[in-house]
Amino acid sequence: MSLATTESVAEIKARNKQLIDEVLKVYPEKTAKRRAKHLNVHEAGKSDCGVKSNLKSIPGVMTIRGCAYAGSKGVVWGPIKDMIHISHGPVGCGQYSWAARRNYYIGTTGIDTFVTMQFTSDFQEKDIVFGGDKKLAKIIDEIQELFPLNHGITIQSECPIGLIGDDIEAVSKVKSKEYDGKTIVPVRCEGFRGVSQSLGHHIANDAVRDWIFDKVSPEAKPTFEATPYDVAIIGDYNIGGDAWSSRILLEEMGLRVIAQWSGDGSLAELEATPKAKLNVLHCYRSMNYISRHMEEKFGIPWCEYNFFGPSKIAESLRKIASFFDDKIKEGAERVIAKYQPLMDAVIAKYRPRLEGKTVMLFVGGLRPRHVIGAYEDLGMEVVGTGYEFGHNDDYQRTAQHYVKDGTLIYDDVTGYEFERFVEKIQPDLVGSGIKEKYVFQKMGVPFRQMHSWDYSGPYHGYDGFAIFARDMDMAINSPIWKKTKAPWKDAPRPSLMAAE
Amino acid sequence: MTQNAEHVLDHFELFRGPEYQQMLANKKALFENPHDPVEVERIREWAKTPEYREKNFAREALTVNPAKACQPLGAVFVAVGFEGTLPFVHGSQGCVAYYRSHLSRHFKEPSSCVSSSMTEDAAVFGGLNNMIDGLANTYNMYKPKMIAVSTTCMAEVIGDDLNAFIKTSKEKGSVPAEFDVPFAHTPAFVGSHVTGYDNALKGILEHFWDGKAGTAPKLERKENGKVNFIGGFDGYTVGNIREIKRIFELMGIEYTILADNSDVFDTPTDGEFRMYDGGTTLEDAANAIHAKATISMQQYCTEKTLPFIAGHGHEVAAFNHPVGVSATDDFLMTLSRITGKPIAKALEQERGRLVDAMADSSAHIHGKKFAIYGDPDLCYGLAAFLLELGAEPTHVLSTNGNKAWAEKMDALFASSPFGKNCHAYPGKDLWHMRSLLFTEPVDFLIGNTYGKYLERDTGTPLIRIGFPVFDRHHHHRYPVWGYQGGMNVLVKILDKIFDEIDKNTNVPAKTDYSFDIIR
Repeated sequence: MSLATTESVAEIKARNKQLIDEVLKVYPEKTAKRRAKHLNVHEAGKSDCGVKSNLKSIPGVMTIRGCAYAGSKGVVWGPIKDMIHISHGPVGCGQYSWAARRNYYIGTTGIDTFVTMQFTSDFQEKDIVFGGDKKLAKIIDEIQELFPLNHGITIQSECPIGLIGDDIEAVSKVKSKEYDGKTIVPVRCEGFRGVSQSLGHHIANDAVRDWIFDKVSPEAKPTFEATPYDVAIIGDYNIGGDAWSSRILLEEMGLRVIAQWSGDGSLAELEATPKAKLNVLHCYRSMNYISRHMEEKFGIPWCEYNFFGPSKIAESLRKIASFFDDKIKEGAERVIAKYQPLMDAVIAKYRPRLEGKTVMLFVGGLRPRHVIGAYEDLGMEVVGTGYEFGHNDDYQRTAQHYVKDGTLIYDDVTGYEFERFVEKIQPDLVGSGIKEKYVFQKMGVPFRQMHSWDYSGPYHGYDGFAIFARDMDMAINSPIWKKTKAPWKDAPRPSLMAAE
Repeated sequence: MTQNAEHVLDHFELFRGPEYQQMLANKKALFENPHDPVEVERIREWAKTPEYREKNFAREALTVNPAKACQPLGAVFVAVGFEGTLPFVHGSQGCVAYYRSHLSRHFKEPSSCVSSSMTEDAAVFGGLNNMIDGLANTYNMYKPKMIAVSTTCMAEVIGDDLNAFIKTSKEKGSVPAEFDVPFAHTPAFVGSHVTGYDNALKGILEHFWDGKAGTAPKLERKENGKVNFIGGFDGYTVGNIREIKRIFELMGIEYTILADNSDVFDTPTDGEFRMYDGGTTLEDAANAIHAKATISMQQYCTEKTLPFIAGHGHEVAAFNHPVGVSATDDFLMTLSRITGKPIAKALEQERGRLVDAMADSSAHIHGKKFAIYGDPDLCYGLAAFLLELGAEPTHVLSTNGNKAWAEKMDALFASSPFGKNCHAYPGKDLWHMRSLLFTEPVDFLIGNTYGKYLERDTGTPLIRIGFPVFDRHHHHRYPVWGYQGGMNVLVKILDKIFDEIDKNTNVPAKTDYSFDIIR
């Protein structure tokens, strides 16, 4: 079905450039000028994708982006399971993000674990007028009374907090003192800050630095004996269990994972992370800040890895092992060998069904590049990709390690652009989010949600790749896509026989 | 259990394998600083007690697991119910991403909506430029017939004036002067999504009827005998509005559905994405002023809109999400009275069939206790239906219900012997409900998807009726209004009751003597 397979790279480039010119025509002049900088056709050998990024979205264009609150509460902090995260402000933000991200965890919800709950200060008009600090103080008291096993509290600011001048830091300090140094973290992640979720990640990282790391007493006794093989998983949110199917590989190669950030994570794990010998970083975008901080302050090196698909997994296991001794290096080889038969079987089963199929992606975080290898392991080709809230360093990594010559690149794509691109390129699969899913399915284009794994997963690790391969196959090869056109519409009109 | 290419294990099987179980146990023991399991168990039991309930109900500041959303969601829901209309929410962009996701997760449909993407500079200087650029972009890109503006709390806190901003935008040429841009202020810190529905609908009607913000003459009402219908914020809007149209047509009533989003939330998969589909035409929205009467299916969704309409000379009538025999009788008799049209024979037969079905199955529902939560009107409608089935709606909780709602519920309870031990809980949340279910257990719980946490914790079987329903598919396609809708609700309740009886009687040689083939 794809046009790309039959065209030369030069033809593809020309077509993609023309496509960009076409979509820009719909905009008023000022907007066209701004959007033009976010759209490009990748040229092999360039150090980045040639697009501007991490700039303000344009009003009225239907951006897919979210906000800083989504980046902090929704992504970074929300999964920390033994802390209570207060959505501080009106009811909506917490409501719409309630349990929507599938951050799996083990624990007794409502008793010692709180991830899939919605704690909110449910601001009313009087809180806006008179300020919400007193209410916040009372909320902390009520949490302490009703949820005594919580290990800490975070305050996730919604838009009004920063606008009405509340002092949540002061409340946090007072209450922390009152409850014997309890960890209470104010987070300034108001939704209007920055241009997307991305600043929320950064603010959340900084809050860990300032309100967790800086409060851990240097004399505090470690709860476990350190080993030379201690690592921390950074930037895995355990969506559908991703961090678990990753952790198991690290442990099988002989490493010990002392912390998970932040899927299925706990306060104790955050606090213990500076004891790691290496931070392994999956989602660079959302957690490079804290990794750099730990490198500077504690001298912990960090290493980016990619656990999507066997090629990248093997490459990553070896890269991680290179920070350790031969025992670990041998461990990595053992793990790769152990899973080889499974990978061979998965590829033997699914590759013939997926070979040559084309994919267009638009996702957040690391996925616009990280999943490309997994598709390629299945013989598929990513012909377009873009980041919801990437920065230039994401596009550099993408250009240097992942995309092919001629790939269409679209940063902070608008609803209109994405529809036109897909309509013209006709990929065999689109991978994006819930807001895009039904748009493309209506168009008859197979789709997988690549934020929530479409309620499937895990997709990380060897165990996850089997699920990934099956899911892509069932999306693309579902018999339903043959039924989108009514047969009487397809049929050529029979010519009338001339009457005798 | 290890992963397998032939039979790929999903998350719910994969992680139960011994290697993962061991890994997770080690993680907990070594690194999570867990509480003593005995202590966890003690607190878990304590949280079930009347003592805990008392503390829980003494909460004054903290809200835990509320069953309500914020105003702009309701505004977006209204806006997409008009022909070719794109909702435009003035304020932070993240909010719009949330509304779209929320609606898409429930309806399994696209949800189109734009934002003015205000950021820190707009917080300081106001969002006028965002409005000017935003309207121009939306107009050019998505070619709407109307752009309906509402606000996020950010724009409300800084006090942006929509009327003035839209006027200025038109002067600057963002959209043509005569292009329809109705608006409503929808602060998230007042009321809930039902309030937003009310404000947005009133804003649109005001726009068309009262002179388009001073840019056109006000319309003169010339009564034409038609009936306007307002559904309110309704997770079953697709099924319900279609059912209502069928009823109107059976009775030969000329009608206008206001904010008819039944098509846009149910578009076909045929190769074409329809950003807009169906909806109340703008002409009909304007001409709705000439109607004889306006009917609202949900009083608490139209607390401002209905008086506004009554002020234009309409007879108005409000219902409370009518479900079942008597509530539908009232609805149809009101229609008949207003229009002078008799209730159609076909509907009379449908009524008889619903009564027939209720009589057939009543023995299984009679005397059963239910807890219900949801929007105030839905709670009322379901409680009334349960009462006529001889069931007891023991706990009826509405986070966005107020005192007046509770009084209305009390009057309903007082009207039936089955309402004797029933209570309404206005302004409470699902953590309150948890205490109620532990301390005063009921047989079944009715609520939205989030009720599954209560089902898990308290063991009360959940019947999913409400909004949102994320984890079951397509229920929104089936009406709950009209006698046919009542039938759907009845069957949904009965299915759960029978499933539970089967579940409780299926242990071979222990309980399966009651595993009856005929029930």
